[in-house]
Amino acid sequence: MAMLSFERKYRVRGGTLIGGDLFDFWVGPFYVGFFGVTTIFFSVLGTALIIYGAALGPTWNIWQINIAPPDLKYGLALAPLKEGGLWQIITFCAIGAFVSWALREVEICRKLGMGYHVPVAFGVAIFAYVALVVIRPFLMGAWGHGFPYGILSHLDWVSNTGYQYLHFHYNPAHMLGVTFFFTTTLALALHGSLILSSTNPGKGEVVKTPEHEDTFFRDSIGYSIGTLGIHRLGLFLALSAGFWSAVCIIISGPFWTQGWPEWWGWWLNLPVWR
Amino acid sequence: MKTLLAVAGAVAALFLTIAMFGTAGWTHPPLVSSQNGFRGTAMGQVENREAAAEVKAANVAPAPADPVDTGGERAGQTYQNVQVLQNISTEQFNRLMVSITEWVSPEQGCAYCHNVENMADDSMYQKHVARRMLQMTQHINADWKGNHVGGAGVTCYTCHRGNPVPQNIWFTDPGPSAMSGFRPRNNGQNIAAKSVGLSSLPYDTFTEYLADKAIDNNAIRVNATTALPTAPGKPIQQAEKTFGLMIHMSQGLGVNCTYCHNTRAIADWSESTPRRTTAWHGIRMVRDINGNFMEPLTSTFPPHRLGVLGDVAKVNCTTCHNGVNKPLNGANVIDAYPELASNTAAPAAPAPAAPAAPTPATPPAAPQ
Ligand code: HEC
Ligand code: HEC
Ligand code: HEC
Ligand code: HEC
Repeated sequence: MAMLSFERKYRVRGGTLIGGDLFDFWVGPFYVGFFGVTTIFFSVLGTALIIYGAALGPTWNIWQINIAPPDLKYGLALAPLKEGGLWQIITFCAIGAFVSWALREVEICRKLGMGYHVPVAFGVAIFAYVALVVIRPFLMGAWGHGFPYGILSHLDWVSNTGYQYLHFHYNPAHMLGVTFFFTTTLALALHGSLILSSTNPGKGEVVKTPEHEDTFFRDSIGYSIGTLGIHRLGLFLALSAGFWSAVCIIISGPFWTQGWPEWWGWWLNLPVWR
Repeated sequence: MKTLLAVAGAVAALFLTIAMFGTAGWTHPPLVSSQNGFRGTAMGQVENREAAAEVKAANVAPAPADPVDTGGERAGQTYQNVQVLQNISTEQFNRLMVSITEWVSPEQGCAYCHNVENMADDSMYQKHVARRMLQMTQHINADWKGNHVGGAGVTCYTCHRGNPVPQNIWFTDPGPSAMSGFRPRNNGQNIAAKSVGLSSLPYDTFTEYLADKAIDNNAIRVNATTALPTAPGKPIQQAEKTFGLMIHMSQGLGVNCTYCHNTRAIADWSESTPRRTTAWHGIRMVRDINGNFMEPLTSTFPPHRLGVLGDVAKVNCTTCHNGVNKPLNGANVIDAYPELASNTAAPAAPAPAAPAAPTPATPPAAPQ
């Protein structure tokens, strides 16, 4: 890849969390760093193990490859490699790779003297994954409660896990998560279209300013959240979506074992109409 | 960042407040869980350890009465008006009378069914019902042994649990009274009824699926059986009724959908657990009980025992199962009472047809 001649001067040395300037260099456009190395290590090892797992399995059909967690009888112990042990090591590698990536982002933020918003945001996604394969299985007492790695098999897991609570759409945290996901897309669509509309005026018109953007929303709904505010809102909506999805699955099992429709008993029992 | 945190905090606080102070039913680890399928399929039951122990303790079968001499004079000879239990010994008969009193009317005693001046007198409706119940119990144990109740069997206690009127019975639910004011058209749903686990699903699925012994065997089935539609499918409301019934079956047995189904292919018998076959026969057995034993008793019961539409009390999965997959924790209750294990007198009503059982592994194709 051709490198632009002026790119080099944006490259700031230092700011590493670990390893001093050992890995403080770039390969092509990519910053490496200690955590870049660990990211590569974990992702290559994890992917190789997935391929090994697929080779052990009955199929190379990409949709059907399935690397399943151990039987419940192994509890929180290690399982034999071919009976879920592979899943355990792959889970370890995945978390290692995700966390390394986040820490590499932290190092880049430090180099540039920026806030840590990007790694924090990515951290919420990592939390959602860890909630599924570590926190909830731990609370329920067996790694076997984690989801299997496979395109269709993980969807089958989602289906059965939902029906373990008879009707998952009644899970209040699931409701919040879904609502935040949809609201995120709404906000993103409104924001994207607004920016494009002011930068793509009709032929012969000049490009419009943020004042126009604000005025558009003041005229239409009486309020504009503003140029910075829309990004705060967007980040809040997106992180809430991931956060409540994590909550909705952590509470299903460890803290709620009945059908989710029954949770709404409190609503029916409000003194107003009981 | 400040506003962001403030809003996040407000939402979290609101939710937590509702969750913690307004609602019951939350639980906590340690849990007990069981696995019903291949690892990683999430087919399994999840319960709180203490709650599971409580359910177990609440479903203990009573100890059977001490055995007695089965020889000697037959009850039919000793007494004047014995129609069902003629061929057991008098001692066995008396032992059974004591046991059914414990199972059905421990507080009221013999007088709940008998005119104690004259035990042979048939004037009390309770005695009429009880005689039919004897036949019904024999029928369940004899004719549903292979397909549903197995060696464990049932006695009066399985349903009655020390109450003259079993705790889990049902009547046709006409829904909210719509005779005055605005007449809501609720399509029979959206009431958060207990029968469907407080969901918005249709609330009177029992009448359709569990009362009618002559119902089409495919009534509950809603999934398409071909990849592409060849004829109009069943309406979505039919699927919701099936869902409602399934919620009842799950709660009646204290299990979730994955006890019987692998929900990736709910209708597929080859991916379902063997329990689904037992459940399939259970549905037919309940129709048999309701259609052949309960409904014919409608005019025997006094009006205050009937439902708002004048229908008799009926049985569903919860009546026997009471929230556990095997009634009374799977205890064998019938061996100690062989007189209830087989039909001894021809039932007064026409004998129910043997269940037209498709082996569920190759279920009959749903008519399209
Ligand atoms: C749940 C109702 C019920 C209870 C409670 C009950 N019985 Fe009975 N009893 C019956 C029925 C039904 C018959 C008739 C059985 C038949 O037709 O085979 C019967 C018949 C009898 C007979 C035979 C009467 C005759 O001459 O034909 C005697 C004796 C008797 N019961 C004694 C008792 C005693 C003693 C108790 C209390 C310990 C008792 N029963 C409690 C339902 C009951
Ligand atoms: C499959 C469940 C089931 C079994 C088993 C069963 N019963 Fe019942 N029984 C019922 C139902 C349902 C009713 C109707 C409830 C009502 O009375 O409205 C009923 C009603 C009765 C009543 C009338 C109570 C009243 O006051 O209205 C008597 C008496 C009775 N049963 C006796 C017996 C005896 C005796 C046995 C055992 C031989 C027995 N039952 C077994 C389900 C059962
Ligand atoms: C105790 C076992 C059992 C449980 C638990 C159970 N089911 Fe079923 N399910 C059955 C049986 C048996 C049938 C077939 C009924 C028939 O053909 O008459 C069935 C049929 C169905 C069908 C229709 C399939 C078709 O052929 O179109 C659906 C949909 C369904 N169940 C959904 C559920 C859902 C959702 C749950 C959880 C809320 C659930 N089931 C829980 C036993 C069960
Ligand atoms: C008359 C009482 C009775 C009724 C009503 C009843 N069952 Fe059962 N059921 C039993 C008995 C008894 C067993 C056998 C338990 C054992 O083997 O220990 C059983 C076993 C089962 C099993 C197998 C349990 C296992 O783990 O192997 C399933 C599934 C089941 N019933 C489903 C149903 C469904 C669904 C309904 C309602 C449509 C129903 N039952 C209604 C008495 C009843």
